[in-house]
Amino acid sequence: MIYNAYSLKEAASRPERFVQGHRMCAGCGATVAVRAVMRALRPEDRAVVTVATSCLEVSSCNYPYTSWNDSFLHTAFENAAASASGVEAAYTALKKKGRLEETYKFIAFGGDGGTYDIGFQSLSGAMERGTDMVYVCYDNEAYMNTGIQRSSSTPAYADTTTSAVGSKSDGKPQYKKDLTKIMAAHHIPYVAQSTFIGNFKDLHQKAETAIYTEGPAFLNVLAPCPRGWRYSTADLMDICKLAVDTCVWPLFEVTDGEWVLNYEPKKKLPVTEYLKTQGRFKHLFENGNEHLLERVQDDVDRRWEELKNLCDMS
Amino acid sequence: MSRRDRMSGNEAVATAIRQIGPDVIAAFPITPSTEIPQYISSYKSDGLIDTEFVAVESEHSAMSACIGASAAGVRAMTATSSAGMALMYELLYVAASDRLPIVMAAVNRALTGPININADHSDSMGARDSGWIQLYSENAQEAYDNMLMAHRIAEHPDVLLPLMVCQDGFITSHAVENIVIEDDELVKSFVGEYRPEKYLLNPRESLGVGPYSVSAFYMEIKRQQFEAMSKARAVVAAVSAEFSALTGREYGMLEKYRMDDADLAVLLMSSSAGTGKDAVDRLREKGVKAGLVKLRVFRPFPEDDLVEALKDVKALGIMDKSDGFSGCGGPLGAETRSALYGRADGVKTVNYVYGLGGRDARVEDFEALFEELGRLRDGESLPRCRHHGMRE
Repeated sequence: MIYNAYSLKEAASRPERFVQGHRMCAGCGATVAVRAVMRALRPEDRAVVTVATSCLEVSSCNYPYTSWNDSFLHTAFENAAASASGVEAAYTALKKKGRLEETYKFIAFGGDGGTYDIGFQSLSGAMERGTDMVYVCYDNEAYMNTGIQRSSSTPAYADTTTSAVGSKSDGKPQYKKDLTKIMAAHHIPYVAQSTFIGNFKDLHQKAETAIYTEGPAFLNVLAPCPRGWRYSTADLMDICKLAVDTCVWPLFEVTDGEWVLNYEPKKKLPVTEYLKTQGRFKHLFENGNEHLLERVQDDVDRRWEELKNLCDMS
Repeated sequence: MSRRDRMSGNEAVATAIRQIGPDVIAAFPITPSTEIPQYISSYKSDGLIDTEFVAVESEHSAMSACIGASAAGVRAMTATSSAGMALMYELLYVAASDRLPIVMAAVNRALTGPININADHSDSMGARDSGWIQLYSENAQEAYDNMLMAHRIAEHPDVLLPLMVCQDGFITSHAVENIVIEDDELVKSFVGEYRPEKYLLNPRESLGVGPYSVSAFYMEIKRQQFEAMSKARAVVAAVSAEFSALTGREYGMLEKYRMDDADLAVLLMSSSAGTGKDAVDRLREKGVKAGLVKLRVFRPFPEDDLVEALKDVKALGIMDKSDGFSGCGGPLGAETRSALYGRADGVKTVNYVYGLGGRDARVEDFEALFEELGRLRDGESLPRCRHHGMRE
């Protein structure tokens, strides 16, 4: 790990790589995730960024403009990882032939739709092949770009436009896929889960480790969406903190097979503290739905214990 | 010095790829093109090439990786067939609109279903509107030669379009034939180095590839593709002429066989041309004025060359190795008739769908077809489209 002394002031003073002019919403987590990850690049290093079709893509590289100071490639929805692996192969070829002196890093961004679902095969393949790249999932738990449809990352009972709450429906009937664990099961050098906490130390250090680890790395960043989750844009950081303090989204990393829990709340908050901040879970607080809240709490508790066991065993 | 050898179409194409030495190859196995990545992998294992070989988990990722590599600034290639090409379709359009001169070895195979592994053109015909240049090869020699010319055409500054070199699955890809292989150094100097003007890994200038393009800009980008494809005609001709001067093997947009005084002719592509030429020879011995036109370049579609070649024919059989399911014939039939319309209206035509899923087209089949064309010439009314070589 490359845990240099972290200073938000220093990180924030680095030249911006993702700049103004993009069309992302106020209060959007994706943009915050991108800036935080890109800040972890050493200023002297270059990057080629690959982005899956997503809000991020259609809003940040809109012909003839771009918000990316580094080279940028978009090809399609389901192949950001495969596209990046082609760029990385070209880099290796140019390096071998002595045609390129500069150091480049390869970073792919996808939403949960482009990562957990339609791009899952491409991601799995690129990681298994040992591509020297970082794949960053900005997980906002639904297909937000097309209008808030459920994904395999959408948590149970969330109200989305394809798991709509109604007299015969409590919202999404299935639980959320645990992609970070699946990526750890690829036995790649580095896998981590993070979000926006405090001074961004957790995300910054994980991004830095992911970028400067040789070989494939995967970073899963919970990145709330104000439209899909239905919260006031000013509440972004509070919601992320509650996701961590309720153990809905634990902060952990897996380095060469070693599982490390990066943060354990002093007092684990009930999951309702997190759910009540978001309109997508509003129906869970209606009379008669107490059993649904219990199920959510049970699921969070079970997964939290599983994770702690994995970390204790390491 | 060139040398005479014996090899299959797949080995011929793999040999061309070895001689060209692309920077990146990303490919996934699918019958009947599987041998090509196998040869590449063994060349790499034996130190014969220093290509980066990306053994991807699907054809979708193969084309995605080729796009990434080509956009990054290097030569990228792949090989595929049938369902593999279909899985790439989305990315074929992306490669073309990003103006990336990726080269694909396409080994034509029927598109499922029912599942079938033998030759027809339904895979590459499904990609005919994707913006790729398409060259079709009659035999292993042509597949090899087309591959040697591919990068020169695709990478030409007036063109900058991806290109697929097609050959018929098994019939060409697996049959071992006599072939002339050019000297490695001659190939390298003919193909040359690739130095793109704009690329992702340019330390002096960042580049954005594949932006979101709204209606205010989209149509100009599409028209530029149209212009590039139109200009590709002259580039194909120039590169082919240069190749002919070097090797003595002649290539144009199409090949005319005994067409000088022909009043009956067939128009077709790829391996059936050899059988068709045999039938033409037999009929000529009997005094029938039969001829054959083999289309080499389907994209860009050589309208003017076709009109020139066919305008004096009285009855023409347009032979499609795929059924476009328009209910009125295949794609070669539709586009050829469109080319002739108003410019050679005297040519009577029947569009034959034949050879699907590897169905043999024998000399006798061609003879029967020419006999029918004779009746068409003589005034008999025939259906505008029919399937030829059926069991019944």
